[in-house]
Amino acid sequence: MTVAHSSAGSVRGRPRGTSRESRAGVAFVAGYVLLLIAFGVLPTCYAIYFAFTNAGGAFTGFTNFVTTAQDFRFIDSLGHVALYLVFWLLSLVVFVVVLALLLHRLSSGPVSQALRFLYYIPGALAGAASVLVWLFMLDPTVSPVSSLLETLGFHTFGEVIAPGNLALLFTIIAFWTGAGGWIVVMYGALNNIPKDVMEAARIDGANGWQTAWRVQIPMLRKWIVYMVILAFAGGAQLFVEPQLLSLASTGVAGRDYSLNQLTYDFAFQMNNINGAAAVSVELLVISMSVAGVFVARSGFFDAD
Amino acid sequence: MSVYKPSAAQETGTSRRRAALLAGCAATVLFTVAACGSGGGTASTTTKDGFAQAPQKDGALTVWVDATRMDAAKQYQQLHPGVKMNIVSYDGNANGSNYLQTKVQLFNRTGKGWPDVVFSSQNNEASWAVDAGFAAPLNKGLIPDATLGGFAKGANDVCTVDGTLYCLRNDLSQAVLWYNAPLMKKFGYTVPTTWEEYQKLGEKVAKEHPGYLVGDAGDSFTPEIYLWASKCGANDITGPKSVSVNTTSEACTKMAKLLDVLIKNKSMSISGVFSTDFAKNEADKVLLMPGPAWFGGAVFKDGLKTPAKQIAVAPIPQWKGETSPSTGNVGGGTWLLSKHSAHIKAATDFLKWVTTDDAYQGEKAPGFPAYAPAAENWLKAQAASGYFAGDLTALKDASSQVWSGWGSGQFSQEAIWAATVKPGMTQGKTIESLLPAWQDSIVKYAKSNGYKVSQ
Repeated sequence: MTVAHSSAGSVRGRPRGTSRESRAGVAFVAGYVLLLIAFGVLPTCYAIYFAFTNAGGAFTGFTNFVTTAQDFRFIDSLGHVALYLVFWLLSLVVFVVVLALLLHRLSSGPVSQALRFLYYIPGALAGAASVLVWLFMLDPTVSPVSSLLETLGFHTFGEVIAPGNLALLFTIIAFWTGAGGWIVVMYGALNNIPKDVMEAARIDGANGWQTAWRVQIPMLRKWIVYMVILAFAGGAQLFVEPQLLSLASTGVAGRDYSLNQLTYDFAFQMNNINGAAAVSVELLVISMSVAGVFVARSGFFDAD
Repeated sequence: MSVYKPSAAQETGTSRRRAALLAGCAATVLFTVAACGSGGGTASTTTKDGFAQAPQKDGALTVWVDATRMDAAKQYQQLHPGVKMNIVSYDGNANGSNYLQTKVQLFNRTGKGWPDVVFSSQNNEASWAVDAGFAAPLNKGLIPDATLGGFAKGANDVCTVDGTLYCLRNDLSQAVLWYNAPLMKKFGYTVPTTWEEYQKLGEKVAKEHPGYLVGDAGDSFTPEIYLWASKCGANDITGPKSVSVNTTSEACTKMAKLLDVLIKNKSMSISGVFSTDFAKNEADKVLLMPGPAWFGGAVFKDGLKTPAKQIAVAPIPQWKGETSPSTGNVGGGTWLLSKHSAHIKAATDFLKWVTTDDAYQGEKAPGFPAYAPAAENWLKAQAASGYFAGDLTALKDASSQVWSGWGSGQFSQEAIWAATVKPGMTQGKTIESLLPAWQDSIVKYAKSNGYKVSQ
């Protein structure tokens, strides 16, 4: 999730510098571009090649796409991922923005520093490790918050991970793991809003709510769009959470809950690498289309 | 989780950048096609023992084992210091992790890396390993018939595809009826011999000693313990790629009804014997427990920490009117030898030793050995260990009573039960009401794995 943060700076429009500066800029970006080509672009192209060919390498058109879409699990997992994305993106936009605004209002005292640190900690755990933390949290027999789970009517792990609860559980896990980093990013963006704008709002008689709604949130728009694009791409590839939960529950949570799990199943359970590639290409197309819509509608690349 | 993430945001740059990307893609596709075209093996192979063997070379024998079988490989190494060995530990495909299958698919693509001999805790490895061109045929010259004849009746059925044997069974997992002998005596109960008696006892326990258990139906292998023993035709593999599925016959419904009655009156748990809540709340409440041979060590001794001299074993019940019990089979590992091995002689020696030799199977193995002479010695060793109350002959009898109408297909019955029936049970639905959904799910998974299904 944090891979692309650093590149965000290069997206923002800056006045042109001297040619020496721009050469330095190219040098700095070159390393990233090389890695992007080696580990991002080339594998993607390889997947596209696989998606349109069969095991023998012959061109098959859209056959792989049709076959995989006809698999009885495809629509189900598509629905699961869609529902999860709705929960995940909504919670991310609402809570991250609200928490960042609150954090910003606390100014830069020690409380704010401590909170920023706290928010960031879960993000420092690797994906799989944070899921393992949640496996404990969600099991009423070992959970430190077992009384809360009992109050909600959950007495066994099996009841907690009932299929109907999964989208919400994955949202909670993903939020806990990923939101902290975004709160810190939003906080930084809030700090970037010029002081005179805030002061003007105050002189005009805007209260805290009005300042947030009419000044700060509109000025955060690009950051929110950026967050939504990356969160969508990440969320559409839901894999680690359901896979680990499936192993921990010996299959109750399902080995084919998400599209990415289905891809994995096609590749290694059913020996259909080409079908797997077709599904992953679909995911890529969906993510890029959504990103395209958001970028076009939000004026993401307009200069400040 | 982050395979394409950066590119989704990055690839929306200027048109010049897009053009560069497209050019890059085109170049890669060309490069890939060229690379694929120039591939292909040229090494000379010799056809022997029923398959084309790779050129034989000196070098270390690569053996993949799980943590439990690590002892076996190490012991072989100790007894055969002259053999160069490369022992690799992996998860043994536990819980259907598919690790081996995943790796073999990748090795097949790269053309190298296959282990010479591999242990798997799953029974259905032959079903894919033959298709994948990984498993070598063992009964065409590699392992003598005399050795193969020593395995328990039906033990190697899971390894047989179209009459050819592709793996050797490590241990059997025939189900029996485990019970707590002192507790049964204290309560004044006798061990049931029929399922009807078993149900009656469950109803009695619910009334007289609420909280105590006559079994558990919460694991993904529940159908293999109960429905298989009831001869339910949910999973009859009738050919290499055909299966017959019928989960609503009387054989299935009568067992489902029995389980429903006992689950309702709470004399049967739906927690699962490996769940944290079972270990915490029900470890000392087990009166009876139908389960496989490995329950003795893995569940009672190690998992629930039941003290010695309490757990005893009886034959699994049978339906009234039947002449002998039929039992299910819950796992039991298998050993496979790779077709690609460059050390076939050493690999075959190891395979024979690890499945049949008393030094490991008779004395050290944790599960009931599939090789009958080793099993005899294993039983003696278990009796001498002093953990069990009474003798273990029921285990030996059950080894030849596994009902053959339930096979090991390429799709996991355990995963299907766990995802289809278990959530319904947790919500309080009866197993009987879930049988059609179970059928539907098995049929869909079987078809999606390329099986011809008859219902």
